Amino acid sequence: MTMVHTPLLLLPLALAAAAAIAAGFLRPRLAAFVGCGAAAAGFAAYLAMAGGVAEGVRATAPLLAVPTLGIGGGLALDGLALIFALLITGIGALVFLYSADYLGADRRLGRLSVMLLVFMLAMLGAVTADDIVLLFVFWEMTSLASFFLVGFNHTERGARQAALQALLVTGAGGLALLAGLLLVAGAAGTTSISGIIAARDAVLAAPTAVPAMLLVILGCFTKSAQVPFHFWLPNAMAAPTPVSAYLHSATMVKLGIYLLARFNPVYQDEVLWQTILTWFGLVTSATGAVLALRETDLKRVLAYTTITGLGTLTLLIGVAPAEAATAAMTFLVVHALYKAALFLVAGVVDHETGARDASRLGGLGRAMPLTALAACLAALSMAGLPPFVGFVAKELVYAVKLDGESSALLVGVGFLVNASTVAIAGVLSLRLFFGTRQPTPRAPHDPGLAMLAGPILLAGLGLIAGSMPGLLGDRLVGPAAAAMLGRPADVHLSLWHGPSVLLALSIATVAAGMAIFAAWGRIVPGMRRAAIVDVAGPAALYERGLARLLEIAAGTTRAIQHGSLRGYLRLLFAVAALATLATLLLRDGLRLPAFDAAGLDARALILLGLPVGAAAAALAPTVFVAILAMGLVGFTTAALFLVFGAPDVAFTQFAVETLLVVIFAAAIRYLPIRRRGYRQRRERVADATIAVGTGLAVTLALLAVLGTPYDSRLSDWFGDQSLAAAHGRNVVNVILVDFRALDTLGEITVLAIAAFAVTALLRPIPKDQTR
Amino acid sequence: MNDSLILRTSAPLLLWLSIAVSVFVLLRGHNAPGGGFLGGLMGAGGVLLYAIARGRVAAIRFLRLPPVAYCGIGLLAALASGLPGLLGEAPYLTHLWAFPAGLPLGTTILFDLGVYLVVLGTITAMFLALVGD
Repeated sequence: MTMVHTPLLLLPLALAAAAAIAAGFLRPRLAAFVGCGAAAAGFAAYLAMAGGVAEGVRATAPLLAVPTLGIGGGLALDGLALIFALLITGIGALVFLYSADYLGADRRLGRLSVMLLVFMLAMLGAVTADDIVLLFVFWEMTSLASFFLVGFNHTERGARQAALQALLVTGAGGLALLAGLLLVAGAAGTTSISGIIAARDAVLAAPTAVPAMLLVILGCFTKSAQVPFHFWLPNAMAAPTPVSAYLHSATMVKLGIYLLARFNPVYQDEVLWQTILTWFGLVTSATGAVLALRETDLKRVLAYTTITGLGTLTLLIGVAPAEAATAAMTFLVVHALYKAALFLVAGVVDHETGARDASRLGGLGRAMPLTALAACLAALSMAGLPPFVGFVAKELVYAVKLDGESSALLVGVGFLVNASTVAIAGVLSLRLFFGTRQPTPRAPHDPGLAMLAGPILLAGLGLIAGSMPGLLGDRLVGPAAAAMLGRPADVHLSLWHGPSVLLALSIATVAAGMAIFAAWGRIVPGMRRAAIVDVAGPAALYERGLARLLEIAAGTTRAIQHGSLRGYLRLLFAVAALATLATLLLRDGLRLPAFDAAGLDARALILLGLPVGAAAAALAPTVFVAILAMGLVGFTTAALFLVFGAPDVAFTQFAVETLLVVIFAAAIRYLPIRRRGYRQRRERVADATIAVGTGLAVTLALLAVLGTPYDSRLSDWFGDQSLAAAHGRNVVNVILVDFRALDTLGEITVLAIAAFAVTALLRPIPKDQTR
Repeated sequence: MNDSLILRTSAPLLLWLSIAVSVFVLLRGHNAPGGGFLGGLMGAGGVLLYAIARGRVAAIRFLRLPPVAYCGIGLLAALASGLPGLLGEAPYLTHLWAFPAGLPLGTTILFDLGVYLVVLGTITAMFLALVGD
């Protein structure tokens, strides 16, 4: 395999980033078209590299390397990345075009375009990243983009809940993924993905190999909505339809599939990997197929069939035969094409009729013939009828299932799942567009070109690809399957295999599907009555878990953030005192400095000001007197510095103490406490204990410091270098502004943040509003 | 507004005196006791006195900008002082020096000025949020 460095690989990402920034300043409609242009240009760039990739060239480009942390960064394009990148940019371009008319005059179109561009950037980065750190960053970016896009109609409570649910589920999975990736990288000794694949034996031999694999799988399963995490996907349909078509059918939910396929070369021979993916995939596809028959809302029906598709993909990665990789990649393309087309059709129907309940729609074909055409083309591919590419994919999937172990169960469940898919395809085409016309809120007609281009092109591609499967196999599926297997794949796609078991299965599937379709109107209400799914499903578990979590959070907040300033201070000082005392005692840190009576100095009498001030503060009759007494403590300290040769510190201390007293005096006007006796006796004892304990802890710590031999190397160095290197005689100031300037920068940043906070919290309140 | 006529009358004088002294302390800080932190505290002391004598509104009028704006400007100045060093491939915040006519000038003074402004801004922001008109 040859490697080629090419900046062309960075171009689509750079375009998406530039367009995202530009779109924020443009008129909404123009922003959508800019997005379309960026996506189309990206598509062209990837297409230009496709020829090389098909011949086994690996394109690479550097990006965000952090050598000091051992992160190599960088992008790489192989067959697997290419197939995803083309889907992301190709479908992306059509979705931008579609959104321009779908949202129309809605001013939020600009915001949607920006977020979709950010999402596209993240997706492209995730699938072309050759470094797990880079991959993870982009992965999380897609979760965040999805959060904002699902919650696009943020004034609706349902949309906000769905957005949060999607974020929590995929975000939690993301954390698992991060842990898994770090374990894998630790075992491989590199963060580079190609390096990890090359270090396969080391990864598998590591003691943490199994947990690492399970964590990666967990992350992928949440992202790709596998059982038991599938419930977030139907709820994410709260997003505008273009978003659902793009994120929640064609691209983002397939990111988990991408990563499973990416790590397949490492794990493909592991029995655990095969077992988990096969059976979870099977259960997911069956779950999606069954639940799809409970829904009548077009988008939710499509969401459940997407879950079916994702389950099938996971299964195909898991099953052992090598042809499974071919089947997986073919099905990936097929599914993306027909599902995105059908989502866009559903959006058109919703947009034009004002309704999207499949049981109340019918006979729309006469009013919107072109939409009907797109729907039928996509549905035929979905049902897996020749000469559509869906037929090729379905035959391949059946072949793989027949070939592997437990084939009876795989084929049996697969048959039922496919029959359900055929039935849904019938509902989405025949039922919607033919038969008797049902009344709709609005009189429908075909939408404009911008909204029709997507469905017709995507559905048409299903037919074109089906009529020349060889090209699809050689150019796209072959290289992708090779990347998934870690070795060259022998891929020959063809439409017609001659009469065989597979053909018989296909015919039987369609027949069974049509039977379900015929009974659809009776099946759905029956299925809806099966309330067990709503009560015992993982969605209900999520709801209960979230509610419990919020209760716990509220409880801890009430306990810790109680709002009593004195309570905070008590806790602060108690913890500081106990931590210091415990450390001194447990670590054997108690020691006394040597005492030299001859070294006594009369100037030390100034020290008496400290206990006097402290006692006065404790016994003060009013808060104001206490503040003045505290000032005495401060000034005594400053005097000590002055007398014992630290004029600089003394100077500052005097200024600080003066200002402190002034500010305190201004602040006490707002405090409810004026006199002594506002505390109970018990409180006073507790406070005194904490105060004495803190004083004791600080004293013991200081004595221990003095008892430790003084190492003057650092002070000597600063003393020597202050004038020589930094042109200053005031060592303290030179340290502050030069030697340790970064520390000072941090300190003044904290200071500024405190000022911002105080300003925000203590905005002067108009007199008439104060009580 | 304070009741004391003497305080109200002498406030501007004391304010300008504090500012002058604080700038002096800021500039001498590199070689003698002083510096941005101390200078900022002294300058803030002058503004506080002025606010006590003539009220919050008068103090803000004197400052011309909201106190937190001084924090922002100060932070930017301190951040900017580290940039010239980057040109010479040295790490960020490596200070550069020049000696026009024997006068030592360094980017440290910009950094110290930043510290001065942040401290001045923080103290006055806190006090002016508390004091009445």
